[in-house]
Amino acid sequence: MALEVTEARPLGKPIKRKEDARLVRGQGRYLDDIALPGMLYLALVRSPYAHARIKRIDTSRAKALPGVHLVLTGEDLAAKNLAWMPTLAGDKQMVLAVGKVLFQYQEVAAVVAESRALAEDAANLVEVEYEPLPVVVDPFYALEPEAPILREDRDPPSNRIFHWEVGDREATEEALRRSAVVVKERIRMPRVHPAPLEPCGCIADYQRATGKLTWYVTSQAPHAHRTVLSLVSGLPEHKIHVISPDVGGGFGNKVPVFPGYVCAIVASIGLGRPVKWVETRTENLTSTNFARDYHMEVEIGATEDGRVTALKVFTIADHGAFDAAADPTRFPAGLFSIVTGSYDFPTAFAEVDGVYTNKAPGGVAYRCSFRVTEASFLIERAMNSLALRLNLDPAELRLRNFIPPEKFPYRSPLGWTYDSGDYAATLKRAMEIIDYPALRREQAERRARGELMGIGVSTFTEIVGAGPSHTFDILGIKMFDSCEIRVHPTGKVIARLGTRHQGQGHETTFAQVIAEELGLTTDDVIVEEGDTDTAPYGLGTYASRSTPTAGAAAAVAARRVRDKARKIAAHLLEVAEEDVDWDGQRFHPVGAPARSVGMAEVALAAYTNLPPGMEPGLEASVYYDPPNLTFPNGAYICVVDIDRGTGQVHVRRFVAVDDCGTVINPMVVEGQIHGGLTEGFAIAFLQEIAFDDTGNCLAPNFMEYLVPTAVETPRWETDRTVTPSPHHPIGAKGVGESPNVGSPAAFANAVIDALAPLGVTHLDIPLYPWKVWEVLRQHGITE
Amino acid sequence: MFPAPFEYLAVRSVEEAIDALARHGYDAKVIAGGQSLLPMMKLRVAAPSVLVDLNRVEGLSGWQEDAQGLRIGATTRHAALERARPLAERYPLILATAPWIADPLVRNRGTMAGSLAHADPAADWGAAFLALRGQVEVQGPQGTRSIGADDFFVDIFTTSLAADEIITAVRLPRPVGHPEATYLKLERKVGDFAVVGVALNLEVDPEGRVAQAGIGLAAVGPKPLRAPQAEAALIGQRLSFNLAREVAALAAEAADPTSDQRGSAAFKRDMVRVFVQRGLESLRQRIEGRQPASA
Ligand SMILES: Cc1cc2nc3c(=O)[nH]c(=O)nc-3n(C[C@H](O)[C@H](O)[C@H](O)COP(=O)(O)OP(=O)(O)OC[C@H]3O[C@@H](n4cnc5c(N)ncnc54)[C@H](O)[C@@H]3O)c2cc1C
Repeated sequence: MALEVTEARPLGKPIKRKEDARLVRGQGRYLDDIALPGMLYLALVRSPYAHARIKRIDTSRAKALPGVHLVLTGEDLAAKNLAWMPTLAGDKQMVLAVGKVLFQYQEVAAVVAESRALAEDAANLVEVEYEPLPVVVDPFYALEPEAPILREDRDPPSNRIFHWEVGDREATEEALRRSAVVVKERIRMPRVHPAPLEPCGCIADYQRATGKLTWYVTSQAPHAHRTVLSLVSGLPEHKIHVISPDVGGGFGNKVPVFPGYVCAIVASIGLGRPVKWVETRTENLTSTNFARDYHMEVEIGATEDGRVTALKVFTIADHGAFDAAADPTRFPAGLFSIVTGSYDFPTAFAEVDGVYTNKAPGGVAYRCSFRVTEASFLIERAMNSLALRLNLDPAELRLRNFIPPEKFPYRSPLGWTYDSGDYAATLKRAMEIIDYPALRREQAERRARGELMGIGVSTFTEIVGAGPSHTFDILGIKMFDSCEIRVHPTGKVIARLGTRHQGQGHETTFAQVIAEELGLTTDDVIVEEGDTDTAPYGLGTYASRSTPTAGAAAAVAARRVRDKARKIAAHLLEVAEEDVDWDGQRFHPVGAPARSVGMAEVALAAYTNLPPGMEPGLEASVYYDPPNLTFPNGAYICVVDIDRGTGQVHVRRFVAVDDCGTVINPMVVEGQIHGGLTEGFAIAFLQEIAFDDTGNCLAPNFMEYLVPTAVETPRWETDRTVTPSPHHPIGAKGVGESPNVGSPAAFANAVIDALAPLGVTHLDIPLYPWKVWEVLRQHGITE
Repeated sequence: MFPAPFEYLAVRSVEEAIDALARHGYDAKVIAGGQSLLPMMKLRVAAPSVLVDLNRVEGLSGWQEDAQGLRIGATTRHAALERARPLAERYPLILATAPWIADPLVRNRGTMAGSLAHADPAADWGAAFLALRGQVEVQGPQGTRSIGADDFFVDIFTTSLAADEIITAVRLPRPVGHPEATYLKLERKVGDFAVVGVALNLEVDPEGRVAQAGIGLAAVGPKPLRAPQAEAALIGQRLSFNLAREVAALAAEAADPTSDQRGSAAFKRDMVRVFVQRGLESLRQRIEGRQPASA
């Protein structure tokens, strides 16, 4: 039995998640739960070298193993013109290596066998002879003239993938020259990985009799995947059926198409049998899409009294061996130009150089709408450095520079039009909850005793909901999203959307949106996503875009249904349509609330008793092209204590006040904030996908890539302000990514704040104990 | 992540196990909790063709105390030791160390003997075993012998066990004075192997003087280490803040760490110092709490 959720007017209420009844009982159906008759298993042979020429591949021993059905190499795929595939970023990526490998763990061969264990055994029997080549690990070195060119397929030969810039360089440099104070900082956001609990995987099931391919895949964007697949494979799109079953976390990891997917599809078409490929944890961490790896240099100018004057940013973006980012096509550095943040900069300039190195390809937007985490981290860290230089409290500096409420819609110097926000109100709420003045007093007392306590502030602005068709597309496809609503004769609703949730709670929140508009309860509405044969086309769930796009489509579609329902209600109530009132739950004649009809009666009439001339049925389908993005914001304050002996940082308190506009379900929002803060905590203190000089990945499993548990996760205190988006049908903004975007700087700023009396202005994350220890000992602080 | 194919033998006696090892030589491995061996097999770092499972051998599980000390059978789980309240009085280091090992799932399966045989320099039992001056009881085709802690660890993942020998039990001597112990561990997150681990075991005479001292170090050398000079500096002394500082510095000198992702050698060495000092300080407070103030 699913939970009954019969509350009327559900919007804004903390309704329990409908999907949990099934998920917490272990009755979710994830990719690896699916077993088809006659299914075979695929395993990949991967490169131990980060850069090497392939001299020879001998598959004979693998092929000879009983139970092995197929062994594929790059040469086999090349014969089918499938050795390379396009990436969503407009680059191309090797499916199976041809000629050489470009990163450790790169896909070199694929083996298909009767069982997964057998496939792994056979993969071990594939012999590959390599000739190691010089390795490029450092993205700065990659741009040096003496660095080896990694991508011989590119013309002109260069390790620079792209140069992208935005803003007014001259005006910014001039403004910096005239500024009383200029602070410079080099800030690195290291390579991390989304590491969803469920790794990537698929089952390709090609039926020779029908020519139809059913592709089960852990996908955040099933429709986009179907289109890409059709373009790459030549299979007609209507003969590809993509099913994205329950998804065990995505965080951006499940937006791109991976070599294993292509191999499984090629194998299934070739063998006429279903073929399953599921990554191991190591494969997930080492080959399918890291995030970040931004090496940033910032200059921020200000007047003596702390008004910001200009911002200049230069960034090297390490994309690894292939640019496999999933950014909107016109944005090779994503929405990094949100880098002016919450502050009213008169002028700004940012440039990003994308670079190839011998590392795994990427980088995806890990819980962040395309490089927004990098941008927020940079500006929030830079504001901290500026406050230190000016000897101003970091909260005060922010209050002096926030874009004031009356300036919205606000046009930023880098080209965005912010929809709404009251940044000072959000920060003041956070300061009130944590009692900021008392904390600063306590800090002064502790400092006098030689204790290390720090307070970190981050007041970020997010940019989510890609996006308006005039600006946003992926490989030409506009970034709208969709909802189709069908009201059945008894007033029960099935709604299908073009998005694909992975834990965000769409089955509940979109049911709330629709039920609210139709005068129903969430129990009356089933939300379905992820099946391309049934759901309307949409670009999927990432970049906090579902509520701004598909959620808007749901509200608009429900209103269209209600418009028709009003006509039917007029017929049932025997009054003119203009004389019908909607009270949020029922229709009644104006001025006569005693006589009324609800959606159930209207729905029945839509199939049984229509006004003359009206088309039967009660449904609507909407493709929503958002007029703008939404700009959620938040104010986070973090308090840390540092152990003088070990350098360990203890997060004592963390207050997160978020503003995501209208809140559909406060409990779901809080859940999103908790999860994202935990990820932000991990990024600040625990995680890095590091490499040694020869390109060996140093964090290929959860022994080295550290995911926090309940034991180390701090206690989160959350609250909110509500500044609705003026252009969204219900005033909602995205929220899923805010905590990941906003929190890393709060943690880092708190640690820097604790160490500031020593003259420390910057330390790169992750803030491992040894890093802090080194600073302490350099300054003679010990136990 | 599947191991290479292997044959599985569920033996019923130690003799049967030794027989199997003798027959298959280096191709065979015994398995106890499987918590080190199976991950290595799944990564195909280890690929034994025969697994000899000790878990069904009668009499290998559980611990007993006698006049000489404590005997911990080879298949006794970490979790059983973590919960062995009766050991708190005489073997407090066991209870102090066990909760630091991995997570509850691993502790429900893993064994002390398996941990020692595996000889990971970062293992927590290794440091405790050295601090307690334990011995392993070993059985092989030639019969039984016992190996003292200082002779047991040879190098990284290497012990003085022969390929056809099995640890049947771990022995810990009965304390000569009143024992006080603590285990300190720097880990990056819960369940992580030690960045640095320090096992401290003091046996104190009725006057509050240290009669026996054990300082074992994890993850700061190619094998678990003992800090003999630091231990010697404690013998016959009452603990004091200054003594703790001096001993901590000596213990840090005994460490032989290498730099890696978890920190530089200098950092790890300093963590030994910080932890030994903190540990001795906490033991001093406990000892003074028990002693009349004048003694
Ligand atoms: C996720 C994880 C985290 C961990 N974290 C920690 C930690 O923080 N601290 C820590 O100390 N350990 C940790 N461990 C290791 C754990 O403690 C193991 O239980 C222990 O190292 C091995 O014991 P076992 O009984 O599982 O041995 P097995 O894995 O069964 O065997 C290990 C080795 O010892 C040999 N062996 C086993 N028993 C005998 C015997 N009686 N005689 C001779 N040889 C034998 C085997 O042949 C094998 O070579 C962790 C393990 C995991 C999986």
